[in-house]
Amino acid sequence: MADAKWPKAGDRSLIGKRISRLDGPEKVTGSAQYAYDVNLPGLLYAKLVTSAHAKGKIIAIDLSDAESSSGVKAVWKDEGMVGGEIRYVGQVLGAVAAETEEQATEAALKVNVDYEVQQPQVVDSDSQFATGRESKRESGDIEAGLKEADVVAEGKYGLPVITHCCLEPHGQTAEVRDGELYIWPSTQNVSRYADGMDDAVGIPRSKTHVDCQYMGGGFGSKFGSDKWGTLCSQLAKETGRPVKLLLDRNIELMIAGNRPSAYGEFKVGIKNDGTITAFQANVWGTGGVGGYGMRWLPYIYEKIPHTLVTTRGIRTNRGGQRAWRAPAHPQCALLTMSALEDAAAKIKMDALEFFRHNIQLTDKPDVYLEELEIAADLIGYKEKSHLRGEGTPGSVKRGLGISLHRWGGLGHPSECDLSINPDGSVTAEIGTQDLGTGARTVIAIVVGETLGLPIEAITVRIGRNSYPASGASGGSTTVGGTSTASRLASTSALNELLKIVAPHLGVSADALEAKQGVIREINQPTNAIQWTDACSLLGTNTLVKRGVNDRNESRAKGFIDSNVGGVQIADVSVDTETGIVTMNQMVAVQDCGLIIDMKTAESQVFGALIMGITSALYEEALYDAETGVMLNADMEFYRLAGIKDIGNLKVHMMTGKKYEDRGVIGLGEPPVISPAAAISNAVANACGVRVPYLPLTPDRVLDALEKGGIA
Amino acid sequence: MAKEDNKPLDSGISRRGFLKGVGAGTVATGMMPGLAPENAQAAESAKIQGPGEVPITLRINGRNRRVNVEPRVTLLDALRNRLDVTGAKKVCDRGTCGACTVLVDGDPIYSCSMLALEAEGREITTIEGLGTPEHLNPLQKAFIENDAQQCGFCTPGFVVACASFLEKNPNPTREEVRSGIGGNLCRCGTYAGMIEAVLDAAEVQKGGN
Ligand code: FES
Repeated sequence: MADAKWPKAGDRSLIGKRISRLDGPEKVTGSAQYAYDVNLPGLLYAKLVTSAHAKGKIIAIDLSDAESSSGVKAVWKDEGMVGGEIRYVGQVLGAVAAETEEQATEAALKVNVDYEVQQPQVVDSDSQFATGRESKRESGDIEAGLKEADVVAEGKYGLPVITHCCLEPHGQTAEVRDGELYIWPSTQNVSRYADGMDDAVGIPRSKTHVDCQYMGGGFGSKFGSDKWGTLCSQLAKETGRPVKLLLDRNIELMIAGNRPSAYGEFKVGIKNDGTITAFQANVWGTGGVGGYGMRWLPYIYEKIPHTLVTTRGIRTNRGGQRAWRAPAHPQCALLTMSALEDAAAKIKMDALEFFRHNIQLTDKPDVYLEELEIAADLIGYKEKSHLRGEGTPGSVKRGLGISLHRWGGLGHPSECDLSINPDGSVTAEIGTQDLGTGARTVIAIVVGETLGLPIEAITVRIGRNSYPASGASGGSTTVGGTSTASRLASTSALNELLKIVAPHLGVSADALEAKQGVIREINQPTNAIQWTDACSLLGTNTLVKRGVNDRNESRAKGFIDSNVGGVQIADVSVDTETGIVTMNQMVAVQDCGLIIDMKTAESQVFGALIMGITSALYEEALYDAETGVMLNADMEFYRLAGIKDIGNLKVHMMTGKKYEDRGVIGLGEPPVISPAAAISNAVANACGVRVPYLPLTPDRVLDALEKGGIA
Repeated sequence: MAKEDNKPLDSGISRRGFLKGVGAGTVATGMMPGLAPENAQAAESAKIQGPGEVPITLRINGRNRRVNVEPRVTLLDALRNRLDVTGAKKVCDRGTCGACTVLVDGDPIYSCSMLALEAEGREITTIEGLGTPEHLNPLQKAFIENDAQQCGFCTPGFVVACASFLEKNPNPTREEVRSGIGGNLCRCGTYAGMIEAVLDAAEVQKGGN
């Protein structure tokens, strides 16, 4: 009988290899169909009507001009908003649906809204606005810890609100046919996308069909159907026509999620030998109209004996925060690594030596030590490193910066139905989604490995809520959840098949294995039957088995685990005359347990590095303090890194028994945590001063250089 | 001169250069004397027709497609919303990100920044015209091999931009690739694989495959 446990290193034919993603051909030819691409006969286009002001009251919403606008088929206003309060620009007030997109846009502009405008508050960098409830955490005795130190380094650091800016905006296409609702959404949560829509639309969940084969990025912002999704379905029901509603880019940037800012004042106590004694932080920031929390301070070096951390949120008249790839971790990493590295610089200690010296203050010293060494080798730390500001002469300064991070990543609850058909074909069905992580490919690899078949032989069906339920893709949980469910399903189906095959090979099922397209006797591989011949023994019956990932049980059995560590080092150049920061190189060393597909795993890390570089150098949601309007709600001025901006990237995945024996652990979030912290430290190392606030734009760099010295 | 400006740089397209090109094109439409006769004709009809729908014929991937559009409709929206040619994506809708890149008379353009009427009489090649899942071109194969796509939403635009870049620069250096396809953006961060993909495809094409 086949054992469901993950195969040992020597026994793997697919797991851990470099395998190209299965849906590559559809993606590179434009034939992959996204929510935005669904065109149906009679399709109407819907546009939102949104608040033009950030704060105030709605006095009236007049739809009459919009209603008579050409091509308009339906108009809707949120009656509850009349007399209601507006809290941010872009708040949804209504919607129109028209024959063409242009007509819908025109009609939406004709909706007349009367406001009673009030002065908004959007400033988040000033602690005087931090009136939210204070959360306070302490360990040891901060005063004693600071006294114990030989040197106390003080600093201010911060990073602004940034957005998800998924290239496919949020939204969906919907159609009501024969009383059933069909939805094509862009979502991270296929199985439960339609939750809550049934009451609002008046069609039960059992008659709601969700289909998302491809989606153009989520990063934590696409878990629910949102008000606009529900609206789209309602308009489809009302008009009897299919309706497409995807957010315009400016609206997407303002209301469809963002990452909270974090600013703070810090004190780090350090002894002359580099030992950290105390860490004090007073942190504030905004999640817009959403909540606020910076839970992970001090980050990684969490066993510093004396700590005092207070955090307070600022409610601002901006759209609400959403989970943004590794919520709160990148902020806590930037704040902590900056403060610690400034302390090291103050006693003229090499950063690598300093981070190593204190490694016992982390929760996995051995992993970090190993990763630090690899990262230092890959970047050429020995040859390139220098103390802060003591680099080469000339106006262009080069420097290195380090950051460490961690993440959980325990696989989510997931179910898989695995079918083996009499003709030998194999199908896996899971109600999961592929955000571009390679989820489809991972499932095929696991099933192929289990059944001894090439991945081309496996049909993977995902993206529908009619398939066995699977968790949302958030928190780096998908690969753990789906790989375990598909491993369990395919092992149990195989064992059923082995029982049927056993009499034909004259041995017991225990003595058989499925390898290289045959079922054979383990001890006598020539006693074998071809896979298709074996399957034909099923007669007319398809063999279907369900695998269920129960998080606790799977963790106990070694299928999945949680808690990984990573180290990154950045190599930058800073032009001290222009203030321009250039990425030379960046290395990421990452542990994520047993890797299913090395190729797509590395892509996750490359992608995270680039996303992190973007946040370090370019990204900031800029709001006008007077009007509360987002000033850069477009992709020209809300800038993403381009191919020229990233330097050379190197990725090293930790492999080997020690890591692989832990089982599968998620990877989406961890590598996005450190880049900004590492880059900020590299800039400080290069030019001799800390540029306290991200993004590290030329004006901020020049400003810091002008002020000089360590803050 | 307008014609000259309208051509992307030979070394490829930079975002700025690209914008400038598009801008020059729009101005040129109003400057009749500077235009070639067939374009002048298109501009003439654009001028006198509308604001209602006008029938036009677009030549897309070698086929003539008749479509009715209001003069305000962009080439991108004509393709996506009226002709169900959805490979080119709408992302920024402002000529910044390149997800809507198509070839017009062999040159890459942001189809969100060209009116459908302007494209009449010109040869439009979209991602659908470059290969199919069953018949991938070497560049597309190299994209897959080097995993130069994640969510894939930017990918069609990049493939078109890279194909055009390779056409004009069959023997590029790594640095030329970086500046040559700087007119497109990816949020998932697929640039590392993409540089390798373009270099690999150049090798294959040089080998005559
Ligand atoms: S692959 Fe997702 S935006 Fe490029």
